[in-house]
Amino acid sequence: MTASAAAGLRTGRIVVVGASLAGLRAAEALRDEGFTGELTLIGAEPHAPYDRPPLSKGVLSGRLNCDHIVLPRVRNIDARWLLGTPATGLDVPGRRVELADGRGVAYDRLLIATGTRARPWPVQTGGRLDGVHVLRTREDAERLRGALVAGPSRVLVIGAGFTGGEVTSSCRELGLAVTVTQRSATPLASALGGVIGRAAADWYREAGVDLRPHTTVRTLEGHPSGRLRRAVLSDGTTVDAEVAVVATGALANTEWLAGSGLAADHRGVVSDAGCRALTADGRPVEDVFVAGDVARWPHPRYPGQLMRLDHWDNAVAQAHTAAHNITHGPGEQLVHRPLPAFWSQQFGRYLKSIGVPALADQVVVTQGSLDRRQFVATYGLHGRLVGAVAVDSPRVLDGYAALVEAGAPFPPVLGATDGPAHLDPVDAAFPGRAAGSTPDHALSAPAPTAHR
Amino acid sequence: MITQPPPPPLRLVVDLNRCQSYGQCVYAAPTVFRFHGEESLEYDYTPDAGVRREVARAAAACPVQAITLGGATEPAPTASGDDR
Amino acid sequence: MTTATTPSATDLFARALRYENRADPYPHYARMLRHPVARMDDGSWLISGYQEIRQLLHDPRSSADRLDPQNKAPKAARSLLLQDPPRHDQLRRVVTQEFIPRIMGMRDHLGELVARLLDAHTGTGPGQLDVVADLAYPLPVTVICELLGVPREDEPLFGSLARRLTRGLDPVDTQTEEELRELDEARGELINYLEGLITQRRTSPGDDLLSGLMFHPDPDQVMDPIQLRVTLGLLLIAGHETTVNLIANGTLALLRNPDVLARLRTDPDLATPLVEEVLRYDPPVQMSGRSALADIDIAGTTIPKGSRIRLMLAAGNRDANRFADPDLFVPDRRDNAHLGFGGGIHYCIGATLARAEAQIALAAIARRLQSPRLVTDPPPYRENAILRGPEHLVVAFERLAPDSAPAA
Repeated sequence: MTASAAAGLRTGRIVVVGASLAGLRAAEALRDEGFTGELTLIGAEPHAPYDRPPLSKGVLSGRLNCDHIVLPRVRNIDARWLLGTPATGLDVPGRRVELADGRGVAYDRLLIATGTRARPWPVQTGGRLDGVHVLRTREDAERLRGALVAGPSRVLVIGAGFTGGEVTSSCRELGLAVTVTQRSATPLASALGGVIGRAAADWYREAGVDLRPHTTVRTLEGHPSGRLRRAVLSDGTTVDAEVAVVATGALANTEWLAGSGLAADHRGVVSDAGCRALTADGRPVEDVFVAGDVARWPHPRYPGQLMRLDHWDNAVAQAHTAAHNITHGPGEQLVHRPLPAFWSQQFGRYLKSIGVPALADQVVVTQGSLDRRQFVATYGLHGRLVGAVAVDSPRVLDGYAALVEAGAPFPPVLGATDGPAHLDPVDAAFPGRAAGSTPDHALSAPAPTAHR
Repeated sequence: MITQPPPPPLRLVVDLNRCQSYGQCVYAAPTVFRFHGEESLEYDYTPDAGVRREVARAAAACPVQAITLGGATEPAPTASGDDR
Repeated sequence: MTTATTPSATDLFARALRYENRADPYPHYARMLRHPVARMDDGSWLISGYQEIRQLLHDPRSSADRLDPQNKAPKAARSLLLQDPPRHDQLRRVVTQEFIPRIMGMRDHLGELVARLLDAHTGTGPGQLDVVADLAYPLPVTVICELLGVPREDEPLFGSLARRLTRGLDPVDTQTEEELRELDEARGELINYLEGLITQRRTSPGDDLLSGLMFHPDPDQVMDPIQLRVTLGLLLIAGHETTVNLIANGTLALLRNPDVLARLRTDPDLATPLVEEVLRYDPPVQMSGRSALADIDIAGTTIPKGSRIRLMLAAGNRDANRFADPDLFVPDRRDNAHLGFGGGIHYCIGATLARAEAQIALAAIARRLQSPRLVTDPPPYRENAILRGPEHLVVAFERLAPDSAPAA
């Protein structure tokens, strides 16, 4: 490409829709890449970008307050910020974003980083009752914190995924009685399978949680005043609770893209491997990019499906990839192919995962053991290592990352001195799959709990 | 009236994917970083400016460089705000 | 001579160890880095690439057992440096829980110790100072003696033992028969000394680290009498033979980079990132070792199960694939995830203490020495190849000023 074309990529108007982790880091990366034009960030929430992971942990427990969890801005970005003004529409041919307050913002290139929101409880079965909470934003956390501090006699947590586990753990730290319902046999089942899930169920029980596996909530019932009174469960029993936390997954914030022609729905916005948005008929849009929780893209490592990662480090990494590709010509485009990684802190444990355990058909513990505090479990698909989970073993996981990265055989031959003498993989026991079967859409199915 | 803007608050974030719980930050700035459980790091994102030096030591000492400190001098964005 | 051909990994490793190259092994490391993973003639493996070292430091297939034929101690009687999980983790937990609380909040005290050591040379005119003998050595030695509750007057005895034993860490083929015999003798003497200390402390415990280790609640029963002695020996040697090099190597870097020295004088907070850069650029521990518990596929080759592995930490720190301008000393280098303290489960337990000692000592040198210059460059080096550093570092100055600002 010519020098003037290259210079053109570093000038003009870039609009970033979404002012959370991905949007902020993308804006900073754009400046790092030498973009000198006009930069606008549009955010639905009225706050400066803040970090979401502590909402379900330190904030609920009261050790952190919400004013403190604002994300550090790593550099000056000389941007126009439009906060508290959700985007409501996108005109792709006219290169214009419509805002809720009626204004329009024109762009030369656009980055979509609108993230996800908590899946709400249906209104018909009690979603409007006072005392029913979700957890995604600062306001959600402050509201829920207030409800917990009031000392409810019991909290009901619906869903035992990562968010559900963290909320439950925080409630127990506050000394509150908690009942948790879980559609599968164990907590964390859809992300990590039933084998590790059984270990997690022990964490719940040790913490004194009333865990109800194979159970869903049929309806939430209220007092005449509109306050939550109790939940009716799928087994016909009831649980009296003043507070319910709905932790049943996330929906992508894509309603504003309706009619834009982009391939967008509740699962996310589809892009190519270089973060360029696709139209509904699969053509890349040259000047529209996608990053963060809202993005679904064909990860070269996992062919035949679209991947969406609501992981902290993916938001950062994809923001960097997108910023690079926005500011570079066709010959210098990057492919977004990170090794997926996430963490959770619950019941005093630090759980870290690399690769995609949910892809696996088999699992085997390679260090420690499930009944001890520390262990590492590895996941295999068709004889290849596809993921690893380490509980309270953060210093060994990098070694496994290299093995997953290399597509090492499964079960891995490690000889680890704190592992079993003989590795005996078992069915990973992911819910809804016959033993030993291959997952069809482990990556594209909405995760039951979105974790950030 | 024109007043001198206050110095930007000290802000930080830890990449807990990178973190391997070496504890160097806890030793360098114990009022900011702590373990909650054996290996789970918890920290104050906005420590008092009085521990700026300790926080800088914590960030430098992190073996996996997981601690990001704020570097911007621009004022923080606000909702009412910056609509030039 | 076969100067025209590329030297083998075996040659390069031998050159890096040779005493005549002690002052500057880095050109040899740079050549090693052309083959980040290489097999040596004796079947052991030389790892110089940053990513490869990092992987092996974290790899469940890496054992800390160096398979050293000279080490005849039964496995249980080896220090945690050479232990694998789960025993390593149990031992380390005990040591960490006793050691760390005792060094927290120590900066003020370290500042006083540094001030006192430099005060001995304060005056109004030009003078000389051996930074090794007068500061870099006595500072960590005093600290470890205080921590462990070892009588300071015993220091000359175990100081010399530590020195003799450290040499024993070097590869066997670089040592003479005489040295090896001497080593066995030193080991025996150290055991006797430590046994005496332990016996004394068992009858009259104090609040020192040794008493703490001895009476630590130990459900796993890992800290038995032999392990206690071994751990004590490890802490003493580590306290004597590592931080001294960090401070000396840092001083050397400052004196060779006068602009950096000037910056540190006006901005003492620069000491924080600067010490990290010393740990990268010229680390006190140059290499570590592992062995393979299973075949390890790495960098396009396979390290077979049972192989000995040499991790060239100091070479990895100069890997251009990880660090921009790796041979430049950049005191405020960003994203400096160096290998100076190793990594993974064996990451240096004393790192936080070593950092504080070096930050305070280097800041004080910059603050108090006026117009310092190296008398001999390069300075004379000690024999040791692994725990590498100057034997003496004589610095001439116009004046050593009394302290105006406390270091902490």
